[in-house]
Parts: sequence; structure tokens; C-alpha cells
Amino acid sequence: MYLTKEEERTLRGEDGETLRKMIEILVALGDIYGADALLPIKSAQVSGVSYKTIGDAGIEWISDLKGTVKVPSVLNPAGMDMNNWERLGIDPKFAAKQIEIIQAFGSLGIDSKCTCTPYYLSGFDVQYKDHLSWGESSAISFSNSVLGARTNREGGPSALAAALIGKTPDYGYHKSENRKPNYEIIADFETSGSDYGALGYVAGKAVGSKIPLFKLKSVPTKDEMKMLGAAMAASGAVALYHIAGVTPEVTDKEFSYEKPSESIVIERKDIDAVYESANDSGTANDIVTIGCPHCSKEELERLSSLLEGKTVVKEFWIFTSREVAEQNKKTIDRIENSGAKVVCDTCMVVSPAANSYKCMMVNSGKAYAYVPSMCGLKATYGTMEKCVKDATGDI
Amino acid sequence: MTQIIKGRTIARGTAAGKVLMTKDPISFLGNVEPETGKIVDPAHELFGRSIQGTVLVFPQGKGSTVGSYVIYRLKKNGTAPAAIINLECEPIVAVGAIISEIPLIDKLETDPYAVLKDGDEVIVNSAEGYIEIL
Repeated sequence: MYLTKEEERTLRGEDGETLRKMIEILVALGDIYGADALLPIKSAQVSGVSYKTIGDAGIEWISDLKGTVKVPSVLNPAGMDMNNWERLGIDPKFAAKQIEIIQAFGSLGIDSKCTCTPYYLSGFDVQYKDHLSWGESSAISFSNSVLGARTNREGGPSALAAALIGKTPDYGYHKSENRKPNYEIIADFETSGSDYGALGYVAGKAVGSKIPLFKLKSVPTKDEMKMLGAAMAASGAVALYHIAGVTPEVTDKEFSYEKPSESIVIERKDIDAVYESANDSGTANDIVTIGCPHCSKEELERLSSLLEGKTVVKEFWIFTSREVAEQNKKTIDRIENSGAKVVCDTCMVVSPAANSYKCMMVNSGKAYAYVPSMCGLKATYGTMEKCVKDATGDI
Repeated sequence: MTQIIKGRTIARGTAAGKVLMTKDPISFLGNVEPETGKIVDPAHELFGRSIQGTVLVFPQGKGSTVGSYVIYRLKKNGTAPAAIINLECEPIVAVGAIISEIPLIDKLETDPYAVLKDGDEVIVNSAEGYIEIL
């Protein structure tokens, strides 16, 4: 791997011990994956934030680092709402550890906002062909696929290393030749809303880590593509997908690719089967959650109108980022008038808050894939409308 | 007479120890107890053995990326291996070894499973890219 004189100096330890280790991580990954150089990045998103995920080992490592990030850097969701953790019954011991983690990241200059949707934040705008080093699987999928930016699937330490050095090894999805579709998925029926999460759930299982090219009858919104990608990254390991006629790369004349040799057809009945199998759990939903990935302004507005004049009859949690919540206070107030709780910085998957419930209804293919294994409760799947009906007892 | 075998540097450093070999990949999250350095997965070839202070030879890592942090925890607890030799290193163990300052070398010119056996005294000098069998 070619290193500049400046990078060589960092690798010799002349810029301090933390930076030496950080560049050693990037060089080792570059060697493993055959990168020829380091590449400047525009922003970083560091995963491995929840105490539930990284434990004491993670705290020790992060606390030992010294330095300041070179590019705007933000965190993945934490294990709790950092301002209002008591409300969901978080153990004070867990809260103390979580606060320690966020402070340790903060001392490195990392923005303490914790979100899986950094592309909604000011200062983290993403342009076509930008190089990023992001760690959250749905954010990776959204930035690669919907925004046409370029990031590999980074682990916690590699994204942090990229943030502190301001560079990442040039391999994988940073290179145009590795971004071509190699699996065709045909879904020739009308789709909307949570159909995309179900479609992603089915598609991810079929394609694993390949790059699918969808041929869809409907044209999805950005929120719908967010749900599609999040589900595929959870049930499979899809970091990049294309939609014919919709996503930026496949509509760019300079991006050449051949028709994928592998192809599958997904039918309406495959999507309906996700709704049906999900509703066959035999356990009544005792909690309903929305916001995986974190809600956009538009999704919050839709929820607010669906909840107007209604009162929830069970726990109903809605997850979003703190910045989006602060910019939409009136919408949040209208939602919370129903008794629903809008929660920031965390989600149903990485927080221990939901662990004591029995069955969770979600409108997210990603949450549907992760809640049973990560939280130890059953999950059922429905549209946002059905989630609101279930939460308000309007069945 | 000592034998020198060249390899690829992943984590720079020099350390010596006795070889502990396995043909099973290791998931540091779940397979290894950070407090003792013992392999606690009954399905693993090294079940019940301690990796503390060894030159640990295994094909590659597997499992959760949190495994990198577990390696760091082993190091802090004094229960980490002295050095690691992989057939072909993957990112979880690479990152774990780098942040923990455990010398790690892979892709040796000679198959380590053909020339090494448990208990052999070995120096891993990954700073200069070789191992020395004493």
C-alpha cells in the first residue's frame, strides 16, 4: 500500500500513540482487502455505542484514546435516551455506563448525537460520489444506494480510526468497479409503505451480501427506500442496492454495468407471507414501536395525523434523532398528546428498555429481523396505520 | 538451530512464547473468557485450554466485531496471547491485535500447521515480518 510521507510519519508514531494505532488499523485493513492507498473521507459514523453491545471492554478502549477527529463524526444509537432515560425504565447502573461511553466519544470531538440516520443531520449532508466511513448498516445502505455516496461496512474501531485520521483505505465500495449490480430482483406489483420493509426482509435472505438491482412497478419514496435497505442489511448483508430508473448510479449514463446473471422474482404473496407469519405468533402485542431506522420529519408528521384525537392503550414508542425531534417540537407534542412516547438517541433494538415485554409490533423489516434475537421477545409486522390502530385499541 | 519463516505484518511488535495451535477459527466474543483467557465454548477444539501468554496459531477469527474489544480486554487483564499467527487474518482479529499491541503475523511462506506443534518456543517479530522457531 502506498503511503504519503505524512502517513508514514504517523505510522512511525511521530504524531502520538493513538494516531499510530489508528493508522495501523487502516493500513492493516487496506492490506487485507488489497487497497493501494488511503482516501480522504467527508464524514464518519461510529457504531458500537450502546453499552448493551460493547460492554466494559469497549468502554476501556475508547476511554484510553487521545486526539480529535479530523472530519465531522457522529455516533450510532446508544442504549437509551441520553436526556430522558428514566422514562423507559433504564437501570441507573446501565445509564452511568452509557453516559461514560458518550463522554469518552465526546472527548475525541465526536458529535454526541446518536442516530442511525446521520443523513438527516446538518453538517452531515451527503453528495453523489462522496467518500464516507459509516458504521450503521442501514445508514451505509441509504448513503450508498439512495444518495450514491461510497462507504464500506465499517466496524466500530475502523470507523473511529477513519474519523481520527480523516481517511479510509481505498477498496470495496469506494471503487466504481465494485458497485455494479450482480443480482436482479423483479417485483412487478404495486408496493407502498411497510411493503418495502417486507420486500427487503425477503430480498436480503435471498441475496446475502450481493448487490441487487431491483425492477419495481412502483416508484418508492426516500423513506420507503430507507425501510427497504434497512431490512436487507438485517436479513442479509446488503450494503448497496440499485433500483432501475430510480437510484442515482443506475440512472447515471457514465455508470456502466451488465445485466446480472442471477435473477429472482418476488411476488405479492411473498410479501403477504411476511405480514401473515408475523401475525401468527400466538402472543398478543404488549408494545408497539416505530422508528427503525429513526423517523424522518415526514414520518413523524404522518404519525401525528394518524394519532390525532386518539389515546394509546399500550406502550407505543417512536424513535427519532434528537436533532429531528428538536426541529419538529409541535409535531412531537401532538404525537405525545396521545400518550405515545417519542424517544431520541436510541432504538428498540439496541436499548434494553423493551426486554421485559412479550411481543412487539413493528413496521420495520429491520426491527422485525433483530428484535427476537437482540431483545428476546416476539415480533409482529404491520403497516404504520396498523401499528397505530393496535396501539390505540382501534381494531 | 533456529528456523526463520517470513510472513505478512498485520500488527507490529515482537514477542516470544509457546505455541498453542488449533484448526478451529475463534470468535473472541463468546469463545473466550476475558477474565481467565480460557476457551469456554465446549464445541471448540481448545475447550478448557488457556490462551494466556501463548503464541496462538489459528486460521482466522469469526463472529461479532465486538470480538476486537474482547481481545483488548484480555490484554488489559493480562490474559491475552503473547502473539498471534493466522493463516489469513480477517478484520476483527486484526483490529483487536492492533489496539491491544499484540504482534500478529499471517500468510507465512510455510504452512504453520506443517512446521509448528504445541509447546514449540517461537519468537514472532511482526515488526520485521518473520517468525523464528527456537
